[in-house]
Amino acid sequence: MGHGPAVKLGKDNAASFKTSLGIKMFFGYALFYLLFVMLNVFYPKSMEIIVFGQTAAVVWGFSLIILAFVMAVIYNHFCTQAEKRYNN
Amino acid sequence: MIYTQSPLAIGLFIAFVLFVLGLSFYLARRTSSAEGYYAAGGNIHWMTNGIAFAGDYLSAASFLGICGMIATSGFDGWMYSIGYLGGWVVALFLIAEPMKRLGKYTFTDALDSKFNSKSIQLMAAISTLLVSVFYLIPQMVGAGVLVQPLMGLPHWVGVCIVGVVVTLIVATAGMASTTYVQFFKGAMLLIVSTTMVVMVLFRGLSVTPENDGQPYHDFTTLYTDSALVLEDSSYRVIAGLDSIFGEKGFVKLERNNRESIWKLHPTDEGYRLEETLFTTRLNDGTRLFNGAPAEEGRFFPVGHIKELRVGGEEVAATGPVGPFGFLSALTESTIVLWGTGYVSDGDGITTIYYQKPTPGSQVLRPGLRFKVDNATPMEKFNFMSLMLALFCGTAALPHILIRYYTVPSQAAARKSTIVAIAGIGFFYLLTLFMGMGAMTSGVINLLDNNMSAPLLALSFGVFLFAIISSLAFATVLGTVAGLIVASSGAIAHDLLDNFLGLKMTDRVKVRAGKISALVVGAIAIYLGIVFEGMNVSFLVGWAFAVAASANLPAILMLLFWSKTTARGVAASITVGLFSSLGLILMSPDMWLRYGKLPADAPIQFNSPALISMPLAFAALIVISLLTQKDVNIGHVTEPSGN
Repeated sequence: MGHGPAVKLGKDNAASFKTSLGIKMFFGYALFYLLFVMLNVFYPKSMEIIVFGQTAAVVWGFSLIILAFVMAVIYNHFCTQAEKRYNN
Repeated sequence: MIYTQSPLAIGLFIAFVLFVLGLSFYLARRTSSAEGYYAAGGNIHWMTNGIAFAGDYLSAASFLGICGMIATSGFDGWMYSIGYLGGWVVALFLIAEPMKRLGKYTFTDALDSKFNSKSIQLMAAISTLLVSVFYLIPQMVGAGVLVQPLMGLPHWVGVCIVGVVVTLIVATAGMASTTYVQFFKGAMLLIVSTTMVVMVLFRGLSVTPENDGQPYHDFTTLYTDSALVLEDSSYRVIAGLDSIFGEKGFVKLERNNRESIWKLHPTDEGYRLEETLFTTRLNDGTRLFNGAPAEEGRFFPVGHIKELRVGGEEVAATGPVGPFGFLSALTESTIVLWGTGYVSDGDGITTIYYQKPTPGSQVLRPGLRFKVDNATPMEKFNFMSLMLALFCGTAALPHILIRYYTVPSQAAARKSTIVAIAGIGFFYLLTLFMGMGAMTSGVINLLDNNMSAPLLALSFGVFLFAIISSLAFATVLGTVAGLIVASSGAIAHDLLDNFLGLKMTDRVKVRAGKISALVVGAIAIYLGIVFEGMNVSFLVGWAFAVAASANLPAILMLLFWSKTTARGVAASITVGLFSSLGLILMSPDMWLRYGKLPADAPIQFNSPALISMPLAFAALIVISLLTQKDVNIGHVTEPSGN
């Protein structure tokens, strides 16, 4: 049926570990995102509170964007280590 | 009217087009296999692929649409940035590596990797085509919107230029040329946007923003007594308190044979009148701008700070300021936003744009565009549904997912996603400064906020404007190229090769892909012309909602639920696709486009994801459980063994 990868991939023994880690980290970020959305919906005034000279909304926005990158780097670190550990 | 046709912008755009066409023809000589055409041979470096992801993803909606929305609606525009970026977390943690492991050329490959099911091949291909076309239309319309003011050419010419160039790029070298076009565009977008933000911060904030040396419009305030007798007797009232204008809170005055409209504010002594901008569509179809034809140039760009405060003290200008100092100064200050009023009289319909001084702390929090304060349950539902669609849509966009097939390994797929998160996240941080910079620099065109970023650049001079404008064209080129590759793959690979079972050789597969690209390109040009005037970000919202509903439940359940069956996947795509489309077609926004009252729409929300996504999940679970005896598959987190 011609569905396989375009290039030949070796067996990845770290796949289960990476999948499990990915799910955990996804739920961690999703909870943070959900909290932000819920605060906007049910306590919108909380977004106007000034924190370090900025509105809480701006602090949340920066945090969500920067957190995505930081979590991505952490995820990559542990995945790379797992690939070295399980695939060598 | 308030645009400049820049030969430099035209020259830069032509130079970029010639460069990418030359690159495409060069790469075409190395693209003879199906792997080469659909997946760039699968050997793109992860760093290149990551920047190409950014180039693919940051479409006209991100660059023009979000900046424009922030410029007019503050933080609510930035909510889109936050939601879009969150979607990349879903892509990295759940989708990236499995997509690389399971698929070959298209999104359908991954869904069908364990089944060889005709129903999946058909429905996933239809979903890919529909989502890609919804995404294509606003890009093509955006091309037409750009070419009109910048080159003085009609809308259809802009659509044709972009359509022909992109079709040539894709039809010559497929994914290889598309990757490098997106790479250059993504890199340029980050560099130029960073430069512009540095210039915004270096210029700082001022209550009298200059526009490339031109002083900002000096808004007039008039005072009257309670009978509307003006202190300045050079004005004459031609539509007063008892007119249709008066009923709507405005008055129409005349001085030196020039009509003007003013917003009424009651005071203890009478009224304070604030100057407005207005457009009139006369009954014979003629449009007037501030009471005169467009050629007279009376309609001017706006956006200023009414009261600028730094550290609690009122100042006239901040001078150079850091990024956090910029935002905290705006938070303390009062910014003039613009409300809209409509008056219909015997001459025609007048749209009035009036000043709305708003505390910065309210501009930099949600609520100006989305109703969150004292919102009804339906308004709350609509907001949550939109945020869900933004969060879940990215990881289900076929033209984004096929980039995972261009890298050599799963680790490269993961790393390229991280580069994409870094690049796209950084760009979205910049959008806040570009949008707020436009809001306070006197550059907003109230008739089309999509041009806010190019007009902000124009406030620094024609050179930066030329670069930003040519970059805006490049933005459309890069995204449309990716969409045409995804669509041509859906037609040639999913429908012709897999679904219809035509036994094609490698060479014929490439030829079928190129012919499909030509057909999709022609359709895109046609739709770009037909949908002229449609809001650029409107259909992108559709694409996200449909992708999140039709594609994401299927791919997630395939990956993480071992009882998923082929019929369950096909049912999920079908239910997600048609429920999201059906709800959109019944929404208040669409009712307005049908020429009916939004309040009469059968449903009272615009974003369908919070209903259509659970429906798609439910369809997959129910049908899979009912068809367990048909197919038994294992959990698909292990390599397919290829």
